[in-house]
Amino acid sequence: MSPGRIDVRKTYKLYIGGAFPRSESGRSYAIASARGEPLANACRASRKDLREAVRAARKSFQPWADKTAMNRGQVLYRVAELMEGRRDQFVAEVGAAEGLREPKAREVVDRAIDRWVWYAGWADKIGQVLGSANPVAAPYFNFTIPEPTGVVGIVAPETSSLLGLVSRLAPPLVAGNAVVVLSSETRPLPAITLTEVLATSDVPGGVVNVLTGVKTELIPWLAGHVDVDSLDVWGVPAALRKETELTAADNIKRIARRPAGVTDAKFDWLNDRAAERPEWIAAYLEMKTVWHPIGV
Amino acid sequence: MLGVATRTPADRPAESTSTNGSGVITRGANGNHAPSSWGLGDGAAIPWEYAPAPESRDVVTLKERYGLFIGGKDVAASDGKVFTSINPATEEPLAEVARATAVDMDKAVKAARSAFRRSWGSLSGRERAKYLFRIARILQERSREFAVLESMDSGKPIKESRDVDVPLAAAHFWYYAGWADKLEYAFPGRVARPLGVAAQIIPWNFPLLMLAWKIAPALAAGNTVVLKPASTTPLSALLFADVCRQADLPPGVVNIVPGPGAIGMSLVTHPGVDKVAFTGSTEIGRQIFKGVAGTDKGLTLELGGKAANIVFDDAPLDQAVEGIVNGIYFNQGEVCCAGSRLLAQESIVEPLIEKLKDRLATIRVGDPLDKNTDVGAINSRAQLEKITELVAAGRAEGAEMYQPACDLPERGYFFRPTLFTNVAQSHRIAKEEIFGPVLSVLTFRTPEEAVEKANNTPYGLSAGIWTDKGSRILHMVKRMKAGVVWANTFNRFDPTSPFGGYKESGFGREGGMHGLHAYVRLEDR
Repeated sequence: MSPGRIDVRKTYKLYIGGAFPRSESGRSYAIASARGEPLANACRASRKDLREAVRAARKSFQPWADKTAMNRGQVLYRVAELMEGRRDQFVAEVGAAEGLREPKAREVVDRAIDRWVWYAGWADKIGQVLGSANPVAAPYFNFTIPEPTGVVGIVAPETSSLLGLVSRLAPPLVAGNAVVVLSSETRPLPAITLTEVLATSDVPGGVVNVLTGVKTELIPWLAGHVDVDSLDVWGVPAALRKETELTAADNIKRIARRPAGVTDAKFDWLNDRAAERPEWIAAYLEMKTVWHPIGV
Repeated sequence: MLGVATRTPADRPAESTSTNGSGVITRGANGNHAPSSWGLGDGAAIPWEYAPAPESRDVVTLKERYGLFIGGKDVAASDGKVFTSINPATEEPLAEVARATAVDMDKAVKAARSAFRRSWGSLSGRERAKYLFRIARILQERSREFAVLESMDSGKPIKESRDVDVPLAAAHFWYYAGWADKLEYAFPGRVARPLGVAAQIIPWNFPLLMLAWKIAPALAAGNTVVLKPASTTPLSALLFADVCRQADLPPGVVNIVPGPGAIGMSLVTHPGVDKVAFTGSTEIGRQIFKGVAGTDKGLTLELGGKAANIVFDDAPLDQAVEGIVNGIYFNQGEVCCAGSRLLAQESIVEPLIEKLKDRLATIRVGDPLDKNTDVGAINSRAQLEKITELVAAGRAEGAEMYQPACDLPERGYFFRPTLFTNVAQSHRIAKEEIFGPVLSVLTFRTPEEAVEKANNTPYGLSAGIWTDKGSRILHMVKRMKAGVVWANTFNRFDPTSPFGGYKESGFGREGGMHGLHAYVRLEDR
């Protein structure tokens, strides 16, 4: 940057229904880099913002689920295409947020892009791998097909601000769900930049909604919202986890947990075998079994 | 499943039917009795009698007292307490059963853990399979004994326990037996490991069948189990303990601990349990969910339902009537996936109701052990009271009730097959799971309205669609928020066919390849 020029700084906002509103509460909180330097102010989303996000997700869910699987795959692949063009921006932001030197930050961003590609390819295959034709002992064609669960709440990993987020976001999306994400609380900026990619890709507005803010404030509302069908508790702080699941039980939410014994801080998101799992897609699918009569 | 004693239209005396000019049969205002078309006068019973055809009880030898089945042994409860299991059709006691305590649950979990570590966990899939095949074979060999005992303890008609519950239970063990040594083909690219000790809690409506749904996949995947049968129907599970002995199943692989619902929570929350599987009401399911909150235990829930059975105007009506009857009166309506909401297209609602009422008059309610019985006894006094209360609410809220004029036995818990018309979606009988032989009829005009009404419930277990058009079936299938959709049939089950709910009807699937998933941990190859 030339010393004589004043930067044009970015305002980091929420992403709800395809638009970038500030929090209706008018609140924000200061975000610092891993080294403690001030980076920006992020919106501190409120319960009302969260409800708006769930409403937007519910509205966009069925049209997204009804797209052809191949189309959904192409839309998500395009997210990778657009991220590729903004790699440098992501490298800078992830590096600052996570305290990574450039080569490492570059590896993380590249892997995040590749992860979209890996999951996008599942869109038109997961139904074949998880579905079945069942040889029942009666004159019926009996088959089982996966369908998306609905609106998924994602409490994103706290430590891995971009790669962790993408790894948890892509599976429910490729399955055809609409999501409401609570981003990393301390490292929210890469998530917001990702929404700028989503907004200019072909992901319909409302399919992904991202809120930044204070987890202890937002998680109980997300867990208790009756129009949220499924909850990814990966990024829920240990102290809040039991309470969160108790609340989620009220409307029988599906809960996607970290594998037993895995911690958020130590999980190796660069390990493809560990972070690319068809069962993470399956966690956001419902199996529908159909008995269709056979006869002349 | 339900017996067919239908009369064809030719049986109907011509002079007592009337048409409204459009060919639609109408009925007089007084519809609360047997069809007037039979010319027998209001309130007459079925115009023919069936001779009693009782199934012999001799095949069952009841013990006076049953213990808990822990570590392969028949043991008394830690505090020595027992409860009595009664025959709901006669209200007579059948046997005393040890009532498990929290101490017993701990013993059972430890026995299961020890079996998992020592014998079962290290046994090859090939050997596990052979044990499961043995169990399937023994169930087939002792099928009559199980059927009679099941009907005595639960109140369900013998023809259902004989033709549905017991054969299906055996078929489940047979099906999953074959999976035990083929798990690598069920989860391509992954290695499936057992979870450890599975805690399983089952309901009273299909006691042996639910046991099979739970135990067969768990054992096939290499887990050991602690199973708590419902407190009103523990006997077939305790007879199953004898099957385990006959099969020489290693001690502790299967443990059976009857007791009241509350004691189930001490099993669910036991730290030695790795996985919890529950079938029952959504209300209890919620408590069980809360019992595992914050732990790493696996959980599958198969909960309540309020299924829509949608009949389009092009449906074959006589076939649909049989399906509707089977959907709601099968097993006294005590079925989580029962077709308790009939959604009839407006243009055919009148003839459909007419045919349904005629059919209802031929349903035989009574002794579960009589081979002619269609609807047996309600499982317990508490359940009978619940049904009675909801039916009263239906009348109070303005729905119109129809019951056939059948005689009920003097003793035992019986309830007449019941049909409500003029039902609004806001009525309790249209919203709440009744778990009894009570059908609520609603109407619709367009497929969109049918979809809207069918999905207008927090439940999502099953749905039925009746139409002659294959494309319409698949159109509706796609829009039903339900885990099982039956087209031109209802209440069919098969071990290869995954079963389970959407929304508040629970999560996880039982049956089929998908049923294994609940009992394994997937690892990288």
